[in-house]
Amino acid sequence: MSAKIITITSGKGGVGKTTATANLGASLADLGYRVVCIDADIGLRNLDVVMGLENRIVYDLVDVVEGHCKLRQAMIRDKHLNDLFLIPAAQTRDKTAVSPQDMVRISDELRQECDWILIDSPAGIERGFRNALAPADVVLVITNPEVSAVRDADRIIGLIEAEEKGPGKLILNRVKPEMVRRGDMLATEDILDVLAIDLIGVIPEDETILISTNRGMAASLDSKSIAGKAYRNIARRLNGEEVPFETLQGRDGFFGRISRLVRAGGVR
Amino acid sequence: MKASLSIKGIQDGLLVSIPEGNWDEARPAFLELIDEQTDFFRGARLALQLEQRTLGAAELGSLRDALSEREVNLWAVLSTSEVTKTAAADLGLAQYLTKSTSGADEDVPFETVLYGDEAVLIEKTLRSGNSIRHPGHVVILGDINPGAEVIAGGNVMVWGRLRGMVHAGAAGDESSKVYALDLSPTQLRIAGQIAVSPSRRGRPKPEVAQIREGQLVAEEWQNKRRR
Ligand SMILES: Nc1ncnc2c1ncn2[C@@H]1O[C@H](COP(=O)(O)OP(=O)(O)O)[C@@H](O)[C@H]1O
Ligand SMILES: [Mg+2]
Repeated sequence: MSAKIITITSGKGGVGKTTATANLGASLADLGYRVVCIDADIGLRNLDVVMGLENRIVYDLVDVVEGHCKLRQAMIRDKHLNDLFLIPAAQTRDKTAVSPQDMVRISDELRQECDWILIDSPAGIERGFRNALAPADVVLVITNPEVSAVRDADRIIGLIEAEEKGPGKLILNRVKPEMVRRGDMLATEDILDVLAIDLIGVIPEDETILISTNRGMAASLDSKSIAGKAYRNIARRLNGEEVPFETLQGRDGFFGRISRLVRAGGVR
Repeated sequence: MKASLSIKGIQDGLLVSIPEGNWDEARPAFLELIDEQTDFFRGARLALQLEQRTLGAAELGSLRDALSEREVNLWAVLSTSEVTKTAAADLGLAQYLTKSTSGADEDVPFETVLYGDEAVLIEKTLRSGNSIRHPGHVVILGDINPGAEVIAGGNVMVWGRLRGMVHAGAAGDESSKVYALDLSPTQLRIAGQIAVSPSRRGRPKPEVAQIREGQLVAEEWQNKRRR
């Protein structure tokens, strides 16, 4: 095995990185792959909470880096999917405990163990962003359709390009179809026009995200969740499948327009 | 009417010519100009053209200190006055510019050298947070995104979409221009004039912005010479 390493990041905090990591991890594992999610947001760890694994933590990423445990010992198996694992972040320790080189070394070791490594990154303005970026084969940039979030996403795409990890692929999260219809939200076309990177998925605003987060089970495992479906489609696109962009609520105006702007082809 | 100060971007930094006249007036006028354009001058390397003006080491030294308080680095003084030259030498300041910018009495075998301000070419899109400062002209092959800025002593030409902030003629040159294939800046400045672009009507077309009769105006960008 030689895993593909996907880093999920954003310019602004709170736009949905952790949610995306949990949902993509579950979707890829559900497709039959062996997946390891790493929480690289040291000090602000919450991927364990979103995945519902908080109470199973014994060792964390810093323990691995400092040699207190073996890599295998820090991999927590998911409750629902046998081939999904989490390496949690340390909650309290010094943010400088992990270096970009450490992340590259750990990821290289993990590559032999699985098919996909998903790294939940801190927002680009925070420390630890470079750690999450260093081992990445592909970077997914996530933003909400708001002016300030797009502005920060643009900045981070610049940093990613400067680190030669670019240009990355875009996930547009929390899109409200009614607002787009009324013209109260930035149109996808305008966002893509500024950011000038490929779109890999559009996730609607959806309360099943909240419900599933509280239950510790990814929305992408719930066949009725539309956000979950959108995440499953991103997983398939990462896997190289050509999946048309979903139409929301029967209105094809918006999504019909963007699908033309999307280049097909995954990353594998 | 008095000749005014002139500022020119040269190979590495700025060349300021101070006109003849009373030093007690020229000096504060010069410093005031810098204070009005702190963004532009901060961190600049500066050479002074003083022609035959006579300045002693005390006056020159005090000017250098006043400039360094403003984070401007005075490195050269050009003068024909022996007194000024000696003062400059005592202060360790250079008295010549590199050949290509001194202009005067050089043998150029063929007229293959074009004189003018230095220009930089940037072949990428400037993203939010990027900032470019240059004493001469700036040419960008790419977009200037919202949140990015370009501050130039001369003209700015954007072969792409200008949606961020551009300041041309930042040291006060009102003849500077801004060209873009799509001119929709967050804010545009030429010398001391500031404009905010109106929301666009219809398809973007190449435009040039400049100061005409004291007003910052944008109009279609055409090759005038062809008419
Ligand atoms: N598509 C969505 N619909 C509704 N709520 C969402 C959606 N995506 C994320 N959220 C909510 O937004 C908040 C921030 O998400 P999170 O993944 O923690 O962001 P980040 O990791 O970028 O800080 C959470 O409360 C999450 O439930
Ligand atoms: Mg998070």
